[in-house]
Amino acid sequence: MKARNIASFLLPLLVWCLVSYVPFIWHPKVQVQEPGAVDYFQPGMLIDRADFEREAADMAQQQLALPTGLPANPIYLPAPHQVAKALYTAFAAVPEQKDAPRLHQSLWHSIQIILWGFLLSSAIGVPLGIVCGTYRNVGRLSEPFIEFFRYLPAPAFGALAVAVLGIYDGPKIAIIVIGTLFQQVLIIANTTRKLEITLLEAARTLGTRGVRLITRVVLPGILPDLYRDQRILLGWAWTYLIVAELIGTSSGITFFITQQARYQHFENVYAAMLIIGVIGFGSDVLLARLGQWLFPWDRTQERT
Amino acid sequence: MSDATLPPADELAQRFARIYEREPILEVRGLGKQFATAGGSVQALRDVSFKVHRRELVCVIGPSGCGKSTLIRILAGLETLSSGQVLVDGKPVSGPGRDRGMVFQGYSLFPWLTVKRNVMFGPEMSGHPHNVAEGMARQWLELVGLSDFADAYPHQLSGGMRQRVAIARALVNEPRILLMDEPFGALDAQTRAKMQTHLLDIWKNLDVTVLFITHDLDEAIYLADRILVLKAHPGEVQEIVEVPVPRPRSPAQFSSEAFRATRAHIEALIHPPVVHHTMPDEEAAAPSTMIRFTAVDDNVE
Repeated sequence: MKARNIASFLLPLLVWCLVSYVPFIWHPKVQVQEPGAVDYFQPGMLIDRADFEREAADMAQQQLALPTGLPANPIYLPAPHQVAKALYTAFAAVPEQKDAPRLHQSLWHSIQIILWGFLLSSAIGVPLGIVCGTYRNVGRLSEPFIEFFRYLPAPAFGALAVAVLGIYDGPKIAIIVIGTLFQQVLIIANTTRKLEITLLEAARTLGTRGVRLITRVVLPGILPDLYRDQRILLGWAWTYLIVAELIGTSSGITFFITQQARYQHFENVYAAMLIIGVIGFGSDVLLARLGQWLFPWDRTQERT
Repeated sequence: MSDATLPPADELAQRFARIYEREPILEVRGLGKQFATAGGSVQALRDVSFKVHRRELVCVIGPSGCGKSTLIRILAGLETLSSGQVLVDGKPVSGPGRDRGMVFQGYSLFPWLTVKRNVMFGPEMSGHPHNVAEGMARQWLELVGLSDFADAYPHQLSGGMRQRVAIARALVNEPRILLMDEPFGALDAQTRAKMQTHLLDIWKNLDVTVLFITHDLDEAIYLADRILVLKAHPGEVQEIVEVPVPRPRSPAQFSSEAFRATRAHIEALIHPPVVHHTMPDEEAAAPSTMIRFTAVDDNVE
């Protein structure tokens, strides 16, 4: 990786560190250390700075014990080291609640949902897209409806999916399929149509006919672009995951995040979000590398 | 016209008599093509008839819009004809087939296959086993002088090399006729000259008949036995010119009397002295007075 790529990650991290560790930057709260004579203060409590200063002034006037405290950020912005600790705890340490799902379990569940949803969608979408792109009549017959259907928001199918498929993983996978499939058919049909027509004509003059035109010319011809489309669509599937996991019984990484947010364990929330990002970005980088290796003739792969 | 370089008329007549004795490979009878457009139907080709004999090299030339590309695409079976007949070896053709190889102007090699696999494509399609196809490909790559590049991908080759691969890929199927649609049109002048000589070498040494589309007059005269001159709107055969330049051809003949006479003759056919165009072409569309965008006193001439 080039230095600039690393810098593009270090820069936001630097901003986060500055906001977290330099006391005069932001820090709108005060964390109480000694409550002094203020009756409702407790050690560790987060108080708005203005309230804290008013109470402190009150106590000074009444000549009672002064409260002490340190500037702090709101609870929803944990410092980097807290998130790092949460990451470590999530994987290495024993959880406080024995029955609650661990982060890696939630994550694995989510990844399974994504993969099944994406596989199912691709099993239908890729062949259908190629056929729509190759045969104009099939395209004209199916694409207008697909075009209409893709505007129906996938989450709207949530209740329906639960009614049909039950409350567990079925409806979640269905949401990802509905969210991905229709875009997939249109994108891949379009990619197929962009194949250089001369290649098909050359193949025909060389004696290629029927199905072999698809298997020997169309498919290898669009494969690098198809691969790139699939990479983009996989990212798409991740965005539907969050919706999908809230349907029926909450599960996976979304359940973990909402649960932790409810207990105000925001460092765990950030840790989970970070891991989603790392998995998504990491898998895309890997797939891009794989693409360069798989398609040595396609020079556009190097640019992505 | 009594120049010594001009071949005697009877020698010329004998040469063409020998060509016409051979059986016709391609016969086009009354071929017509109409396109349906928004503004009604357009006649692209009308009543085109000609024959190409075995081992003959015929060039098709004409102004842009004369339908020469449409003609060769119909012959290849990539487009349907509206009227008339196309016979290869006396049998009418419909759709593309292995008996008619085609070389396109550009971008026709399969980018995902190596040079060798590109040439193997035809034999594999006709059901030859892998090793047989590979042997054939090697042989044809040697013929076009690209054995060293068998494992390269098309994008790694120069334009001229790509067209040589395209020729090998078409010839490996042993077509009755090789159709070439401005195959050297996208190449630079130097490479094009080399490719022309190379094509003549191949043609000389193989039992192959060639129909070659071009818009380059010198190219047509250099290569062809006969030149089919088309005129535009609609595309019709204006004349079939027998090229008097003797064979074997060499670039030195470009300045010969026979070459220049033929060139002048065809030039007059394509660009007649009095022009009545019913359709606007590039010349008519050009503005008669040019607007000046530079300083008044900044002259380059």
